[in-house]
Amino acid sequence: MKPRRLVAATAAAALAAIALPISSASAAVNCAPYKQYGKLTGKTVHIFTSILSPESDIYMKAYADFEKCTGVTIQWEGSNDFESQLGVRVAGGSAPDLAIIPQPGLLQQMVKTGKAVPAPAGVVANAKKYWTADWRAYSTVNGKYYGAPLSANMKSLVWYSPKFFKKYKLTVPKTWAEMMKLSDQIVKLGQKPWCAGIGSGTATGWPATDWMEELTLRMYGPKVYDSWVAGKTKFASPQIENVMKTLSKWLMNPKYVNAGIGDVKSIATTTFQDAGLGIPKGKCFMLQQASFYGAQFPQGTKIAPSGDVFAFFLPSINKKWPIPVEGGGEFIVSFRNAPEVNAVQTFMSSPLYLTNRAKDSAGGWTTANSGVPVSAYPTPLDRMVATYLSNPKATFRFDGSDAMPAAVGAGSFWTQMTAWFSGDNPQATSTIDSIAKAIDATWPTA
Amino acid sequence: MTTTNAWSDVWSQLVPKFGQILFSIALFAAVLVIAFWLASRARGKAERPVVVTLMLGPAIVLVAIGLVVPGLQTILFSVRDPYGQGFVGLQNFGWAFTDPGMRQTLTNTVLWIVLAPILSTGIGLLLAVLVDRIKREALAKALIFMPMAISFVGASVVWKFVYQYAGPGNPQIGLLSSIVMAFGVKNPPNWMLTQPLNTFLLMVIYIWVQTGFAMVVLSAAIKAVPMDINEAASLDGATGFRLFRTITMPMVRGTFVVVLTTAMVATLKLFDIVRTMTGGNFGTSVLANEMYSQTFVQFNSGHGAALAVILFIGVTPMIWYNVRSLRKERTIR
Repeated sequence: MKPRRLVAATAAAALAAIALPISSASAAVNCAPYKQYGKLTGKTVHIFTSILSPESDIYMKAYADFEKCTGVTIQWEGSNDFESQLGVRVAGGSAPDLAIIPQPGLLQQMVKTGKAVPAPAGVVANAKKYWTADWRAYSTVNGKYYGAPLSANMKSLVWYSPKFFKKYKLTVPKTWAEMMKLSDQIVKLGQKPWCAGIGSGTATGWPATDWMEELTLRMYGPKVYDSWVAGKTKFASPQIENVMKTLSKWLMNPKYVNAGIGDVKSIATTTFQDAGLGIPKGKCFMLQQASFYGAQFPQGTKIAPSGDVFAFFLPSINKKWPIPVEGGGEFIVSFRNAPEVNAVQTFMSSPLYLTNRAKDSAGGWTTANSGVPVSAYPTPLDRMVATYLSNPKATFRFDGSDAMPAAVGAGSFWTQMTAWFSGDNPQATSTIDSIAKAIDATWPTA
Repeated sequence: MTTTNAWSDVWSQLVPKFGQILFSIALFAAVLVIAFWLASRARGKAERPVVVTLMLGPAIVLVAIGLVVPGLQTILFSVRDPYGQGFVGLQNFGWAFTDPGMRQTLTNTVLWIVLAPILSTGIGLLLAVLVDRIKREALAKALIFMPMAISFVGASVVWKFVYQYAGPGNPQIGLLSSIVMAFGVKNPPNWMLTQPLNTFLLMVIYIWVQTGFAMVVLSAAIKAVPMDINEAASLDGATGFRLFRTITMPMVRGTFVVVLTTAMVATLKLFDIVRTMTGGNFGTSVLANEMYSQTFVQFNSGHGAALAVILFIGVTPMIWYNVRSLRKERTIR
């Protein structure tokens, strides 16, 4: 066959460089920790996920030894269309063995199809031992547990510059009141304390929805939060309007924002990526943004408790909920009840797998599994985030706008927040009320 | 992972792919050969229907699959609920014409269709006439035409820097702000937030990109005006503006209209500039942008489809006019 040979020659040339270093890396493997999963020679487990290369390479490397010792082959299939494809495949009878589902809502949908399989005993045991009750609740449907989380991230952080805090003799606040006092202190220095940006192309407005969520969780706790996300507590309710009022006193205070950029309205035109770039330069003191914001700072910026930038926990407001954490994560859900699928699912929920994964991370990857030693993470920020995520005293909640109907969560909530920040008189009660009512009006009735 | 593993990965991906490609090409060729052979065998009464079916059939089937069926589906969706299930009558259209946000969107769309094409084509014509008489015509044309090579998204990214805002006391990097400040304005506004100016500023981007195209096409039309007509007019004493009004303009009118209507259709579909610059916020949204948001971000296929139908109805007269004037020109020639 002629074409075969031609392909082989080109491929050989192209792959020589890639293939060589991989082959030299295989060394002796200690199979003792994998004995409990038994012999699965010749079996194949197919994982479907939205996690693509190069990130997926680290996930695959972390189970390479497991594959070698048990003899199982794990097929990792990453897709950009994961969320739409998964439903199609499950409905069409070609469900993957395991799916890594990034949203609790989608997980519940999959359970409703009746094709998802409740997690095996091994996963349940791991979940009870290593994850907090809040985390377990997110993948429990009708009393049955469907899968442990894989990675987890955290949004409840405030980025600041330890260097400049030291220079101006400022201390990291422990409570909301302290944080407001600190802001006033910075105002007295003749500077604006906060920078912010909600620009994000198609999704402009989402950072503001995060602020609303953080404040709702802090002021009224998980019950009101859940009822708000479910549409039972309206935006125009006294509680949520009060949340908006608090937000307007914080990030719409002309004395507080927008450090290094301009006025309050400029928050609407500043991209969230650009918002905090003034922090290492001392042009802005604080930025509320998720753990992943660390990647925005230029190369060479030292992210450490005594470095150029670091983050502190966005303080609590009500003592009833001392550690309110907002974040996200994804869950491994099974669609086939077979020994090899159960073994892979159990292994991927074990501290061993997740520690392997954490060790190889270049920073920015965390899990809420408390069995992963904090020392496994490469950066001080990851260590801090992991500690909060696995803290049993924390009140953990998923990003609420993601769980609202798309017409609100990816529509009016974004656009109305943007209109609020870019409009006149944002702090006025009448403005707040009209914004809240405009969002309520778009909540789907059916 | 070992070397053999990596190798087998490549084999398992490439071989079937190339195999499939070759197979489909071979299949296509085979189908063609059979079809033509059948057509050549057809005689007498059957000849015409067979040939017509074979020649037109595939095109009709493809147009049906790619255009007619989705078009009809969209119309169906436009009278259904957000999930494409229950019938809701004209509710979606009612929403499109009464929702305050949507009204703003429709007003903006009308402004876009009227102003952007007229300005870009008008400026293009002006440039074409001016450039026609200067020494380094090719160079000037190349420079004006160059933005055409940039996509709307790319151009928008460039113009973001032009419209960049910096508050008092912060280093100014926005070009427009700097220019305005040079004329003595102390605190230039945040351009993208200033309504309704922002919509017009977005149109400037469109004109910057599109006017070169209009210029090149119109310039070619001007050059196609026979010399003797111009000369005759000059001999009769026509010069300057009068020459332009009585000779040039009537001669290039057809081209002008085609360029103008094409630009109108393009602006009706306009989406990239608004999406990149403002994401449709700050009262700058247009129909196509809103259609995309409703369908693919908020998953409200009813609203999205209704907007698509409105868009379709808006485009139809322009296309009809275009086709008609093209036909007319063909009969003249």
